[in-house]
Amino acid sequence: MTDRAYRAAPRGALRIEPLGELTAIFDRRSMQTHLVVAPLPEMLALMGDGPCDAALLAKRLETAFDLDDVEDVRARVAERLAELAAMGLVAAA
Amino acid sequence: MKYVSRIAVGPVQFRIGSEWREPVAALDRLYAAYPRDDARPADATVRLFAARPWRRWLRPSVHIGGDFVVPDALPLPLSMGLLAAEMAMNLQVALGWRRHLLLHASAVARDGRALIMSGQSGSGKSTLAALLGEGAWRLMGDEFTLIDLAGGDALAFPRAVSLKNQAIAEVAARVDPARLGPLMTGTPKGDIRHLIPRADAIAAMHQPVRPALLLFPRFGGETAIEPMGEGEAFVRLTEASTNYVALGEAGFAALTRLVREVPAFGISYPDSAAGIALAEQLWAEATQ
Repeated sequence: MTDRAYRAAPRGALRIEPLGELTAIFDRRSMQTHLVVAPLPEMLALMGDGPCDAALLAKRLETAFDLDDVEDVRARVAERLAELAAMGLVAAA
Repeated sequence: MKYVSRIAVGPVQFRIGSEWREPVAALDRLYAAYPRDDARPADATVRLFAARPWRRWLRPSVHIGGDFVVPDALPLPLSMGLLAAEMAMNLQVALGWRRHLLLHASAVARDGRALIMSGQSGSGKSTLAALLGEGAWRLMGDEFTLIDLAGGDALAFPRAVSLKNQAIAEVAARVDPARLGPLMTGTPKGDIRHLIPRADAIAAMHQPVRPALLLFPRFGGETAIEPMGEGEAFVRLTEASTNYVALGEAGFAALTRLVREVPAFGISYPDSAAGIALAEQLWAEATQ
């Protein structure tokens, strides 16, 4: 899979509210509510302001959550990033 | 419209027009004790009209209209005009109300706090609320509960309770017959009979109360209590709200606040007595 770069939603575009095991995200641009589970909220929180691809995000997740098996994490992060893009919560950079 | 009435239920002022006298007369009887202000502009307009002008004389049947119309709204025979009026009133509120988050839920209040019960038709939420409302509780509503968008308080919508099938005998045994409407048999929802809420519930209908407990009742099966997480309660209440999407971020904020502040449980119960005992038990735990 090509490692595409994505960009987080502009600041203020998303309202993110953790509700126990689920996280509710209100997108002020589309007025849609998204319900997501880990690791999507953690990924969004670590996207930063600049372009971010799966390798970079996987590295940040590994540092933040002390994960191993770098390659496996990168592949799964790439899949989840594509899902976030499909929901409109991140955009291709 | 030949016959017109105005009814205020909670914060909603209805204007109801009909081509026949009967449905309006029946409504006026059910809502005789409600505050009435004919000068106040209507929030929702309900029209009961004939499909064809001549049908009014040949085979009277009631069609439902108003600010919002669902294409498959059933024409009902005139003997069910009261049911048609009730369905039309619900429809106008469900589709048109924007001032509060509207939950398809019953509610009762005690000591200034609210127990909210959400469930599908047949879950028993309406019967439980009616029975609790005959005891130490104030009936807030058997069908809709309104949540204040800014403060999070629950507001009452105490329309006449729509008792169905077995619930009719159960409630009728406990109340003054003067508080019951006519029995309508063989409606699309089975047998229906309306119960006029107690005078104290009508008098207090404008008093907001703080939600303290959320229950998702399921009638039938063994008695069971299932604690429900904030996320699941949120999902279920978005499904139970008729105006969540239309309210945008205000609805999102009100609902996240509600599920965070108020404990939620799914309950199963084999009969009303067991359901009431569960509600009382969970209420005692939530408000101690």
